Amino acid sequence: MTESHAQPARALVLPRQVVRVVEVSKRFRRVIALDHVSFGVRAGRVTAVLGPNAAGKSTIIKAMLGLVRPDSGQITIEDAVVNGAPEYRSRLGYMPQAACFPVNLTAREVMTMLQDIRAGSATDLELFDELKLTPELDQPVRTLSGGTRQKLNAAVAFLFRPSLLILDEPTAGLDPVASAVLKRKILRARDENASIVLTSHVLAEVDELAEDIVFLLEGRVAFAGSVLELKRSTGQERLQSAVERLMMGRAS
Amino acid sequence: MSVAIKVLKHEINDLRRSRWVLGYGLLLLLLTDALLRFGGGGPRAVVSLLNVVLIFVPLVSLILGTMYLYGAREFIELLLAQPVQRGALFLGLYGGLALPLVCAFVVGVGLPFVWSGGGEGEVGGPLAILFLTGILLTLAFTALAFLISLLLEDRAKGLGVAILFWLSATALYDAFLVLVITLFADYPLERPLIGLILLNPIDLGRVLLLLRLDTAALMGYTGAVFERFFGSLVGFAVAGGALLAWTALPLGLGFARFRAKDF
Repeated sequence: MTESHAQPARALVLPRQVVRVVEVSKRFRRVIALDHVSFGVRAGRVTAVLGPNAAGKSTIIKAMLGLVRPDSGQITIEDAVVNGAPEYRSRLGYMPQAACFPVNLTAREVMTMLQDIRAGSATDLELFDELKLTPELDQPVRTLSGGTRQKLNAAVAFLFRPSLLILDEPTAGLDPVASAVLKRKILRARDENASIVLTSHVLAEVDELAEDIVFLLEGRVAFAGSVLELKRSTGQERLQSAVERLMMGRAS
Repeated sequence: MSVAIKVLKHEINDLRRSRWVLGYGLLLLLLTDALLRFGGGGPRAVVSLLNVVLIFVPLVSLILGTMYLYGAREFIELLLAQPVQRGALFLGLYGGLALPLVCAFVVGVGLPFVWSGGGEGEVGGPLAILFLTGILLTLAFTALAFLISLLLEDRAKGLGVAILFWLSATALYDAFLVLVITLFADYPLERPLIGLILLNPIDLGRVLLLLRLDTAALMGYTGAVFERFFGSLVGFAVAGGALLAWTALPLGLGFARFRAKDF
């Protein structure tokens, strides 16, 4: 599938990269979702994948999870090639954009199910506490409100203390209090050495959380590097204006 | 494999509380009870019941199957982000729906026979075939529903195709058979007809049961040929095998599709 000469020179890459995306392309029928995308995700940092709608954000995240199979190129996560073998995912926590749990199970049963499937025990119940989910644990998911389901979705992603967290629009659908709790949790997980990849439409939030940015435009990487580098290279102080500059520069 | 069983266990846990599955079982129970009470009992009740089973079971399996898989799409994505093999997850999901549906069918149709004592004597044999047919139809049409919803991204389209398939297998296929029989009335048609019936799981169930009820004589020469074929051990095995193939084929295709698919 991949040619070996497409590998980057490993010895030069510092600090350590948890995720390496190398020349990944994906086409859905006539739409090119990803066009030779390459970037790295640095360990112990928060990386935001940004871009306008249909830029390929979801596709690249799904490719990291093994949900979407690239047509060419290679993704490695902690040196394991993403190729269908599922073991690497035991170190991974995923928060999808919208949670959709089996409606007749209780939240506790959903946790038991995941625990069973992962053959690991849920050790991080912090978010259940902080998001006040504990009283809801024995209610069937059917009876939970959309916001509560989204809180559950967030708490489940952290449940197994993953070393890599992939969060798709993590604060969408959360109230301001819950969203602040989640942001603190993300930073805490990073301080405990987890690596975090997230997407978001709220640039203020990205500015608050992210140290690195991968900016996708029409399926290509328009920028990959630290937030500081982005601000410096565009000559802007605010992330908002830096991102606008990036989009305009590409469009013209 | 153990992952498949874990998924199966939890999905069954979910679906045994599903209002749809419970409602389906209850409806079958009421229908069977009514047919046994007012339908004259004995073989006649079994024939009326057969018509219910042949129409109702495939329809419910198809609709619940497609709705279930479309509805679970986001959760499947979450499960696929766990350390599981796709194939194991697929089998767990399929069993997780098919087994509760089989249970609803067996309990719904079986209980009234138990409490009315209507399943004894001459009815025993046909009743066994009725159950076998119902179970195999559930497995086959659940597999077909899974295949349809994996092939079509659009929920409305998938549901439409499922209903169209059901309509073809219950009504249009029979019309097609009648057309073939009228058009080729001058030719010996028995063998081709046996072949054509093997191609439709619903017809297959009907023929198997009617032959068991000794009404084959009423179907004239064709009936006699059928009886000679389906009545023999080989014929029975072929028919059973064909029904099983109606499960295995869509399930196998769905399995392959599930493993290759982009979610």
